Amino acid sequence: MSLLINLLGLALIAGIVWWFWLAKRRPSVEAAEPAALILVKDGVYEPERIHIAAGAETKLHFLREDPSPCAEYVVFADLDVSAQLAVGRETLVHLPPLAAGEYEFTCQMRMYRGRLVVE
Amino acid sequence: MAQSKQTFTLSGASCASCVNKIERALQRLPGVAEARVNLAEKTVAVRGTAAADACVQAIENAGYGAALARVGERELREQQRQVDRAHYRELLWRAGLALALGGPLMAWGLLTGEMSVHNPAQQLAWGAVGLLTLAVLIYCGGHFFTGAWKAFRHHNANMDTLIALGTGTAWAFSMLVVLAPQLLPALARHVYFEASAMIIGLINLGQALEIRARGRTSAAVEKLLQLQDATARVLRDGEEVDVPVEQVQLGDRLRVRPGEKVPVDGTVIEGSSLVDESMLTGEPLPVQKSEGDFLSSGTLNRNGTLLFTAEKVGAETRLAQIIEMVKSAQNSRVPIARLADTISAVFVPVVMIVAVLAALAWFNWGPEPKVAHMLVVATAVLIIACPCALGLATPMSVMVGVGKGAEHGVLVRNGKALQQASKLTTLVVDKTGTLTEGRPRVTDLQADGDEQELLRLLASLEQASEHPLAEAIVAEARERGMRLGKVQDFEAITAHGVAGTVDGRALLFGNRKLMQRENVDVAQWREAAGALAAKGRTAIYAAIDGEAAGIIAVADPLREDAKSAIKRLKRLGLEIQMLTGDNRATAEAVAAQLGIDAVHAELLPEDKESIVAELQAKGGHVGMAGDGINDAPALARAQVGFAIGAGTDVAIETADVTLMRSSLHGVADAIELSRATLRNIKQNLFGAFVYNTLGIPIAAGLLYPLTGSLLSPVIAGAAMALSSVTVVSNANRLRLFKPSEVSA
Repeated sequence: MSLLINLLGLALIAGIVWWFWLAKRRPSVEAAEPAALILVKDGVYEPERIHIAAGAETKLHFLREDPSPCAEYVVFADLDVSAQLAVGRETLVHLPPLAAGEYEFTCQMRMYRGRLVVE
Repeated sequence: MAQSKQTFTLSGASCASCVNKIERALQRLPGVAEARVNLAEKTVAVRGTAAADACVQAIENAGYGAALARVGERELREQQRQVDRAHYRELLWRAGLALALGGPLMAWGLLTGEMSVHNPAQQLAWGAVGLLTLAVLIYCGGHFFTGAWKAFRHHNANMDTLIALGTGTAWAFSMLVVLAPQLLPALARHVYFEASAMIIGLINLGQALEIRARGRTSAAVEKLLQLQDATARVLRDGEEVDVPVEQVQLGDRLRVRPGEKVPVDGTVIEGSSLVDESMLTGEPLPVQKSEGDFLSSGTLNRNGTLLFTAEKVGAETRLAQIIEMVKSAQNSRVPIARLADTISAVFVPVVMIVAVLAALAWFNWGPEPKVAHMLVVATAVLIIACPCALGLATPMSVMVGVGKGAEHGVLVRNGKALQQASKLTTLVVDKTGTLTEGRPRVTDLQADGDEQELLRLLASLEQASEHPLAEAIVAEARERGMRLGKVQDFEAITAHGVAGTVDGRALLFGNRKLMQRENVDVAQWREAAGALAAKGRTAIYAAIDGEAAGIIAVADPLREDAKSAIKRLKRLGLEIQMLTGDNRATAEAVAAQLGIDAVHAELLPEDKESIVAELQAKGGHVGMAGDGINDAPALARAQVGFAIGAGTDVAIETADVTLMRSSLHGVADAIELSRATLRNIKQNLFGAFVYNTLGIPIAAGLLYPLTGSLLSPVIAGAAMALSSVTVVSNANRLRLFKPSEVSA
């Protein structure tokens, strides 16, 4: 019994490491085009990966359904761009032309996390 | 998708039949529940789920023009406030309900000590309590569970994950005790329903308090928004119509009466009035405005009625740009937060691992009841860990600090500038327009022959120049009623002076270098020039037909508050250096009057940047203060560029810090504020780190050998709820910031 519980505990740790770090790196996570509506709800941006073209201005469409203050702002920290999101109303976020790469977007507390993939 | 109301501005609609056509066109569109045209305002309000683009297309197909009306910043704020109020009430209600169950249960446990399951009656009773707790978990804490599940599916973990895991584990273990007590040792048959309910209640309560505290962090933007009127009086078809300010179009003619605020930016076409611009420029005295003058939105019309044309509306007005800049800066990251950002990215999964390890440690090496101890430490570790405190530590302080800056006329571009400003060791100040008024005037005129004629000739020559000193000479001649001649062969010689021919006479007007270059002997005027320079005046040599003819001294009066501002900056530990194109003697006289540490005189415009670079190469953290007009490269090169430009568009776009007040005191305010903000951020980060690094080991049972008991998950929940409220409250302390006293 004691061995079983220890093994279960270690398996749980391995599961956490795998799910939150190793499996996350795989590019199989759903992605969307910039025209897609990004839903801000229940602690996640959906879709959380957005593909946009490099070197062109982009408009992202956010729809916030979470009334908690954490979701109020979306912050593109690397780009010095942020926007206040109205509840239940589509908010357009304008991004300048970007070089290829990946840019994170988050809420102020960095609990909501999304990724902008510029190609 | 939820129904929403969208408003479009119309063009080409002028009669009742247009109204019907537009409304019919929209109502045929799928997703439109209602469309109503307001002909006076030339708008149409559409309710439903139809996309804005589709509505515009439908109106255009009907033969009219349409554009989505801008949603006012103020409207957004009001909506956010309503959402916050509703959310606050909802959280309080949830907290109340959960605590109403958890509180009595906890009291029962403390008073009777009977929280265990040893017989069928207890099974039945605690089973009922378990179901009640489940209802509370779903109703009051359901959002934590859905959030945790969604994050999990996205390979993310957040605060919801910790709360859901903590309360869920406590409830599931308790239900196991109720349903199959025989599986557990007798000592471990303890239920923890009260912990689940109390934790959910306390965390909801903490979030409600946080909403209240966070509302205050954006007070500065609220104040700026209040400068803007909600409506504007527009002249349409010869009638004055009050329309929402978002619907004012470029080219509209607007009327603003005494006591009203200017709704958009524009140029006066009729009328005259005093306008109070202090809220934008810091200039305390109202400014006289008449035909051709520019009006900024948010400024207050005092005594007359003005008619003006809208030139910048919506997001283009200066006030809107200032608000946008403040909001953008409020959300920018500060380099000091990088460590916290890195930690918070991995924080939750690490805490989950720590919780499992702690539980295993208690299982393997802890005293009996081992299973119960495992559960208590795992739950307490999950619940006490607070990623929110880490995540909120910096943004809340930046939000309040940047907002406070705006209240004092200090517009900070981003968090990086805010941090850099706190570390400055040297401040380089451009003399003209920063230490001085920037409006030079003639103070002395000495000539070999006719002084008046010399002034007339030189003023005629300087008409072609754009140099500020030239303006002073021309203005002096005009004041004396002189008729100026025509200039030929005009040449501006950078950093030397000007040359040209007036009335057939070859003129040279400039500094000593110009005279040397042209082989003009100015020995007889050198002493007089030295005496003028010692008084801080700029002496300019004049030569006619190759012979020295006299000197004219021009002085730019020092700003009244320059001396006290320098004193304040030196008290902040900064070394002050002055940059100027003036000759050394004049510059040193000004520096001595103001108490400036070092002077760089006789500079060419491009020298300013290299001086900043040299100071940086010596290891200094260099700030540069200028008027943002001709010192842009130096402003950009410095770690922090302060543009003292009364909020000119160019300065707002380029500088790290824009000072709306034309005073060096703004630089001192900015530095004091940045230091206060950084201190506040450090307190918050320190608090959040200490809280987590002490809290987690205590929750894991580190103090058990000393105290003989484990930390209750309920206490962990209370500590967690309080930690983020504490961070936000500490950030709110910055609202009490006041610049240091000014003494002459």
